[in-house]
Parts: sequence; structure tokens; C-alpha cells
Amino acid sequence: MQKKLNIGLLIVIAILLLVPFIAPNSFYLDLAIRMAINAMIVLGLNLLIGFAGQISLGHAGFLGIGAYASAVLPTHFNWHPLLAMGAGALITGLLAALVARPIFKLKGNYLAMATLGLGIIINITLRNEAQWTGGPDGMPVLPMSLFGLEIYGDKQWYWIIAAMLVFAVWASQNLIDSPFGRALRALHGSEVASQVVGVDVVRYKVSIFVLSAVFASIMGSVTAHYIGFVSPNFADFFHSIELVTMVVVGGMASVFGSLVGAVLLTALPQALATFEGWETVVFGAILMGFMIFLPKGIVPTLAAKFGKGE
Amino acid sequence: MALLEVKDLSIHFGGVKAVQNVSFSIDAGIVYSVIGPNGAGKTTLFNLITGVYKPTTGEIRLDGEAIHGKSPNELAERGMARTFQNLQICMNMTAVENVMVGAHLRLDRNLFKAAFRLPALRRRDAEVREEAIQLMQFVGLEAYVNERADAMPYGALKRLEIARALAMKPRIIFLDEPAAGLNPKETIEVDHLVRKVADAGITVVLVEHDMKMVMNLSDRILVLDYGKKLAEGTGEEIRNNPDVIAAYLGTHA
Repeated sequence: MQKKLNIGLLIVIAILLLVPFIAPNSFYLDLAIRMAINAMIVLGLNLLIGFAGQISLGHAGFLGIGAYASAVLPTHFNWHPLLAMGAGALITGLLAALVARPIFKLKGNYLAMATLGLGIIINITLRNEAQWTGGPDGMPVLPMSLFGLEIYGDKQWYWIIAAMLVFAVWASQNLIDSPFGRALRALHGSEVASQVVGVDVVRYKVSIFVLSAVFASIMGSVTAHYIGFVSPNFADFFHSIELVTMVVVGGMASVFGSLVGAVLLTALPQALATFEGWETVVFGAILMGFMIFLPKGIVPTLAAKFGKGE
Repeated sequence: MALLEVKDLSIHFGGVKAVQNVSFSIDAGIVYSVIGPNGAGKTTLFNLITGVYKPTTGEIRLDGEAIHGKSPNELAERGMARTFQNLQICMNMTAVENVMVGAHLRLDRNLFKAAFRLPALRRRDAEVREEAIQLMQFVGLEAYVNERADAMPYGALKRLEIARALAMKPRIIFLDEPAAGLNPKETIEVDHLVRKVADAGITVVLVEHDMKMVMNLSDRILVLDYGKKLAEGTGEEIRNNPDVIAAYLGTHA
């Protein structure tokens, strides 16, 4: 039990090592990078939604803050990209804490409304502050450099993002199986029971909300540097919904479900491109199918079927 | 000095006076039972003392310190544990994890240490896991250690709540109908379990409808009726109290 081999993580590493050699061209490598980025955002979001039982309908807004911090600060103020990324994460964390604290003190699910509103406000701000952000057209992002070396090309980005993903999976697994993680799952399972054993419920909800928001912000920064361009679509409401959908389809409260959900829903629009104009309809139909036949998500359903927990 | 003192405690929900001017005190190390007909305010009284509800008026003191108005997690820090009449088990976790949650305050809850899997934190977690398994043996659930809570029978879950409360290493434990819904055999097991808990030096406050169990276990008994204190005393005194006989036990008792 204690020294159990982390098979899931090993499989993830194996896949990540194989992808560059089987990807036929840079289109597929680019797709793999986007999948990995989404997987990390979804991992953070799943800690909030699946494990702690809270919701965020504005996560793309946090992503947008990170992306634009990385775009605006180096361009207009000559900041180092890493410093800009840190600043984005800090702003996101403070904003998330500021919004979450009063909301979590209320009984009932006001968080959905609050995060929805917050995401929309961030998106509108990014569109309107055109002198800084380029408005609806977006703006180019300076390249990321580490230790004086510029990160260049899909291959370099791939290995950096793959390493980040492995770390994110490992850290999430560790977090879930720790006193902090158990407190999160307990307040989801029974809020009053977790309170009477001493869990400060508001504090934990705020912590995990801030953590997942900061996660999204950092990934927003990474995306911005990787693509070399940001637009307000990063912070779009539909992007938030897409992220929540990845959590639900992959499987709530499942680390590997997060990965599967992100991979599938990142690939699906590409695979449906042949439907020309109808892809959104087919996309919707597939999602409905998932909700009807696999309401718990892909990974938890399969895990239950083959009699094996994660 | 008494471990727990309750003075003139009341709570009103709109016009309903669920608990009215109830006063009593509980000495350390005893089994103290609260009985009364359905709707008498027993669970409400538990919810008041354990911080789930805030009293309208009155005082509650634990070891001399005023604790009314404090939140449940603050009371947990002061050694107060409880179980629930309607089960409050975390069905999304395994049985042993439920018990480990009880040790929450005794563990390092740091997020970053957890994410980086620091050895000290892992070691402590492994110790607490062992402790939790021992507690499950103590309550007779050794067969369910790695079972998912939602796959366990009702009677086992009742005892799992007790194990979780014990994992807090409490000074005082509030058991809200631990035998409710159990068959006679299981009731006797819970009866023995409560005795073992008391023998371990933990002050037990019990709400229970099973009179045999109450009379068997209790050092003192408080009788509530319509939110008011009707009587208080030893089992013998309560059995012979004419008010109690009339209001609760029935004229044949």
C-alpha cells in the first residue's frame, strides 16, 4: 500500500516520451502541446470542482489575466517574462481570494454566479483597454526566455510543457492523498462533519479556489508565450464552459479523468472538422451522450467497471 | 469544577422555542444522557453546544471558558467531538480516510508540503493511518478498512462515525442516537462500545431512545420535554420522578 508503484504516472510519462516520435508532423505536436496545457488547467479545476465540490464558471478569466500579464508587462514595461508570469499569478490569486472569501461565507451556491460575473468582467476589461491590450484584436507576445535562452520552436516547448504536466500530475496526486486533500474531500462529502472535526471550511474552500485560479493563470501565461499572441477569446465565457466540460467528461474527482477529458475535448473539434458547419452540433450530441451514458465521467466509470480504484 | 456547564440556554426559530432556559452541568469522566420524546429538542441542544447553531440567549462553558457562539471547528480545537443522528459520513472517501479526517487538527495541513510529498508529512500520515486502523478495530470495523464508505452497511457507518470522532482524541464526545435504526444485536454492541469509550476516560454525552441502553450506561440523565428541562438526576431518580413518568415513560413504567 505504502510503496505502491505509481502506474498511472508512469503511463503518463511513457506517453509523453513517445508522442514526439510518433507525431507525424508539427500539427500533431502542436495539438499535443495544447492538450497538455488544457490538461494542467483541468487538473487544477478538478481539484476545485471534483474534489472540493465547488464550481467556477469563470476560469478562463483567470487564464486571461495570466496571458495578458505575460503579453502586456514585457511589451509595455520591459518586464522579464518570468516576472510577468509571477505578477499575473499574484494578481489572479489576490483577485480570487478577494472574490471567494465573502462568497464562501454565504450558505448556498453563489460561487457559480460570482465566478460567471467575474469571468465576463475580465473579458470585457481586456476588450476595452485597447491601448494596453490591443482590444478585440489581441496583441503579440514576446518570446519566453529562461536563463538568457529564448525558448524556440515546438520541440522545446513540448518538453518543457511535458515536464510541467508530469509535475502537475504528481503534485495533484500528492495533494489529494494528504491531510489538506482529505479535508477538501471531506468538506465535499459532508460539510458539517468536516467542521466538527476541526476543518475551517471557508479557509479550505478559499485556498483551493485560489490555487486552481493561480494554476489557470500560469497556464495562461505559458499559452501566451507558446502561441506568441493573445486575444480576449482566451478569457471567453465559452472557454470557461469548455474547461468545466473537460472536468465532467473526463471524470470528477479523478486525476487521470482530468487528463482524458482534456485530451478528448481538445482533439474532438479537430476530428469533427470534416462535418463542416455541423461540428458544433455533433460536439453537443457527443457531450449529451457522455452525460447520459457516463454521468460519472470516463475514467471513474471505467475504474468502477474493472473493479479498481485510482 | 464541571467540564461542561450550560446556563439558561435558549434558541428560537421564528416563533418556535426549540430549547428554553435549559441549565445543567456535566462532570468530567461520566456518561450523561439526554432523553425526551421526539421533538423535545435533544438534537437542537447538541447542535447548540457543538456550535452548529448559535444560541439566542444563554451561556455554555467548557472547562470554565465561554464557548457559546464559537464555530464547530473552534470547538473541535478544544476537544469536543460529536456524531450525527442522520449519518454524516463522507461517502466519497474510504472508511479509513473518514477516520483519518478525524485526526485533521493533529496533522500538518500545509498545502505545499503536501504537494511536494515531504517525508515528514508522509511519515506522520502513515502513523495516523495505523492509528485509524486501530480505532476501526476498537469499534469493530476491522473488516472494512479499505472499503469505500458508500459500500458499507448502515450499522457499520454508525460506528464509523464514532471512530472518526475518537480520532480527534476528544475530551468530551456527543453521541446523537448511536443505536438508532440498529437491530438488537447491533444495539448491544454499541452499548458495549459506549462503555469502552467512557472507560477510556472520555466524557460521554448521549442522546438515545433505547431506554435499556440509557439506564444501563448513564451516570446522570437529563429529561427534556417541549424544549424545557423536565428533570435531571441519576437513572434511579429519573425512573421514579412522577413528572417524567407522566410526560414520557408512561404511567405503566
